[in-house]
Amino acid sequence: MTVIRVDKDVDNLSLTVVAEFDAPIERVWQLWADPRQLERWWGPPSYPATVERHELAPGGEVTYFMTGPDGGRSHGWWRITSADPPRSLQFVDGFADHDGVPREGQPTTAIRVELTEHDGVTQMEMRSTFASLEHMEQVVELGAVEVFQLAVGQADAVLAG
Amino acid sequence: MRDTVGKTVLGELDDKGVDVLFHALADATRRDIVRRCVRGELSVSRLAHAYPMSFAAVQKHVTVLERAGLVTKQRRGREQLVRTEPEAVRRARRALDQLEAAWRERVDRMSELLAPAPSR
Repeated sequence: MTVIRVDKDVDNLSLTVVAEFDAPIERVWQLWADPRQLERWWGPPSYPATVERHELAPGGEVTYFMTGPDGGRSHGWWRITSADPPRSLQFVDGFADHDGVPREGQPTTAIRVELTEHDGVTQMEMRSTFASLEHMEQVVELGAVEVFQLAVGQADAVLAG
Repeated sequence: MRDTVGKTVLGELDDKGVDVLFHALADATRRDIVRRCVRGELSVSRLAHAYPMSFAAVQKHVTVLERAGLVTKQRRGREQLVRTEPEAVRRARRALDQLEAAWRERVDRMSELLAPAPSR
């Protein structure tokens, strides 16, 4: 049991997940700081992530894509707003087009990560904040659209073949 | 995360519905109106005071939101009261539940990565 607290705030449209890991803070930080580790947990097994650019410094960018079961890719990006290794990281996560370019006018999520260590146990708080109720719904809807497009792409391939 | 989020939402809205919803939410004022009317109904005239625009302009925004199903408008006396649809809030809750599930799965994967290699 590593998730110790979850706070779902409908009014402020934020989701906070606090987890505890039996590892020193420097080790837990590597989950974010090492792109090869990041790609092993960011995407679900059916949509594994591949991290391309990875610069965890203020103003820096992370670009990634997630590959679906049919080989279709959904691209995403982060813009780092602050980084204080190994204690905190803040960034904006958004959708990108197929060249990895951030899509204009599409919803983004602000994510804040804070780590603290006590006696070899590291607590990590991950908070996602959406600009508005609709904004959050839009993220969910866009997620649906992305998956739907991948499915359509697959159908096209079958029809063409 | 995206497939987790996508599955249950897909199919509740057709393409046209998605277009109308996206258009409704593409404007900062409209998003703000929805936010203000979550906690209770507000009259269009009261909303109009909150923005540097005419009553008619605010009314137009409300109409777009109404068409997308995000707010409902009711006439009471001389006032038109706007409220955010509880259904939309319910969907937000569901979205948060789906996002929570996605993050819990992420934490599970993180734990696996951090676990010392099993000694055999």
